[in-house]
Amino acid sequence: MSDAPDRRPDGVERVALFVTCVGELVEPDVPVAAVRVLRAAGCDVDVPEGQTCCGQPAWNSGFTADAAKVAGTSLDALERAVADGAEAVVVPAGSCATMIRVYWPQLFSLAGDEAASDRARALGERVWELTELLDALPDERLGLGSVEPCAAVYHRSCHMLRELHVAEQPEALLARVDGCVVAEWAAADQCCGFGGTFSVKLPEASVAMADEKLDVLPEGTEVIVGADASCLMQLRTRAGARGMQVRTEHIAQVLERALPDDRGADA
Amino acid sequence: MSNEWPLRSSTLRERSATAVGDPVLRANVGAATDRFRTKRTSALARLHDPDALRSAARGVRGDILADWAATLELLADNVQANGGHVCWAPTGADANDYIASVAQRIGARTVVKSKSMATEETGLNEALAAVGCDTVETDLGEWIIQLAEEHPSHIIAPAMHKNRDQVADTFEAKAGMTERVTEPTELVAFARRELRRRFLEADLGITGANLGVAETGSIVLVTNEGNARMVTSMPRVHIAVMGAERIARTWDQADLVLGLLAKFGTGQTLSSYTTVLSGPRGEDEADGPDEFHLVILDNGRSDIAGTEFAEMLNCIRCGSCLNVCPVYHQTGGHAYGWVYPGPMGAVLTPLLASQQTGHGPGEDHHAGELANASTLCGACMEACPVEIPLQDLLLGLRRRNAEHAGLAERSMWRAWAAAWSRPGAYGASATVATKARRLAPLLGRLPGGSRWTDGRDLPDLPARTFRQRWDAGDV
Repeated sequence: MSDAPDRRPDGVERVALFVTCVGELVEPDVPVAAVRVLRAAGCDVDVPEGQTCCGQPAWNSGFTADAAKVAGTSLDALERAVADGAEAVVVPAGSCATMIRVYWPQLFSLAGDEAASDRARALGERVWELTELLDALPDERLGLGSVEPCAAVYHRSCHMLRELHVAEQPEALLARVDGCVVAEWAAADQCCGFGGTFSVKLPEASVAMADEKLDVLPEGTEVIVGADASCLMQLRTRAGARGMQVRTEHIAQVLERALPDDRGADA
Repeated sequence: MSNEWPLRSSTLRERSATAVGDPVLRANVGAATDRFRTKRTSALARLHDPDALRSAARGVRGDILADWAATLELLADNVQANGGHVCWAPTGADANDYIASVAQRIGARTVVKSKSMATEETGLNEALAAVGCDTVETDLGEWIIQLAEEHPSHIIAPAMHKNRDQVADTFEAKAGMTERVTEPTELVAFARRELRRRFLEADLGITGANLGVAETGSIVLVTNEGNARMVTSMPRVHIAVMGAERIARTWDQADLVLGLLAKFGTGQTLSSYTTVLSGPRGEDEADGPDEFHLVILDNGRSDIAGTEFAEMLNCIRCGSCLNVCPVYHQTGGHAYGWVYPGPMGAVLTPLLASQQTGHGPGEDHHAGELANASTLCGACMEACPVEIPLQDLLLGLRRRNAEHAGLAERSMWRAWAAAWSRPGAYGASATVATKARRLAPLLGRLPGGSRWTDGRDLPDLPARTFRQRWDAGDV
């Protein structure tokens, strides 16, 4: 979205979190960390009732009506949150943030619901990928301390990089965390090979793509950090099957660990 | 060369699994695409504003195709005014029939060709063999795969899947190389000697056309080996086969396209040989063929115009999207099963397929499933010199496939949508998921489960969902 850099979040205080289905079902530690980091940045975080999934699995498989049905449920929930005063909708997953901001208007339009398409476009103005918002906040709002020293690399996930155009923000945040040393990774911006149903439709190619990234990890890498839990799941489960010792961690979790004095925990 | 493309005799998964299982192939394709990418990056770094050029090129290609029929008519008129012949070929068979009839009329025995994907599309070599012509490919890569009885695996580097030792093996087995050499310069020298003989004996030369330029009735050929100049000047007759969309109205437009073709394709400022041909040898001219024929090949292209896929006609065949595609990087081109591989092939093949089979759009499952050969990572869109929204087109094809999907797949998505569009049911499925963690070891044994677990661990599922933790006040 071209207007993204101009959006000024300085005064954002009320935030609605879109949990994502992967966050809800598979990686709840990620949205938990996102809530704590946002709170530490002075945000009042709500998790709107009624939200489910962004619809991306069906959209990417060509099933427009089914995708719109699910996305419509989440659109309703997020819209209600905005009506109730949320100034920003925050998504701790680059791929889902892209789905909402870039593809929802087209999705609803193709499904024949122009009103929902307009509503999605309006909502999109308020949608932020987590690191995009955190990086845009004045530095003093989010104090970041240190973590136990770790040798990290950062995986630049595709939709966030090439369609949301959120490129530098995650690594800028990591640079503010003492102890987290992010090394150059030749394959940082290569696709992990997950691709949703691609991972099971062409499993051999999918695994080979993960291997190509894992094969060129810098010597001594302990953790792969990323902003999409699904990419990290692909890389982690492949690394595990190969017996590699490398861990994965969502950037929200790294930032959570770097919060001074547990500022993010519920008071 | 056999025309038994594997598109309809195997699945995309079978072909990609075979390719991924071949470490030599992967190393060859990986090294070659890396080289192309590096060269492209440095070529673009020399440009002031490559994105502005891409955007201009998209506009120019759009303008040309907005006036497509009239531009083709102008080209045809000017080719004829220059003394050439024009054949309008609605299908590949029409093109082959015309070319075979010319070959028979002039009594051609040996035919030399320069690289042409359009004639791969029509299966021309088999058609010429059927009328007794011995057809020799003269592009080095094409000659290698012709000898090896394979198909091109890349649209500008047809033998990129082979390394120098494999090329030497092919030359020994199929081209009578008695003293084995493996240095590229020596391999080229061998090919040059063998091919020179064939150029001298050829009666008919056949080329593709990188571009037709309507205002002067010219065709442009781009090569790095100079073989197209021999093909078009030594035999008595030259036939160029041009995909109908490969056209510009003016030289200004052609200039922009040719510059981008070289920079995005091979990372060159301009290709080593850019040859402009405008008809047969004139009365005052020393070189050139007695006869020139331009075959304008439709073969399904005009069906794409006016559809949501129309921008695919803007493709200038540079190969840039192949070189950046992480799927192509693993599988090479043969996994795509037909003439056009990589992202552009995954879009174009299903669009052209209805011409090949007579199926309605979207009904050819074998071609249609190529739309799944992508993670939708977007690297292709970023790499395209004419900004074709390849990822959006792949999604469009997936939507078209979904309309023809089987009952099981449609029911699965319908049930998913019914559950996940109701927060209560979504919550229930979340609870099921946490319960399922105890069953996780069994998941890999379910039908299809091995598609994940062969090569990957199962992810650990959490004891409580996010919502359960939130509601319990534990966040």
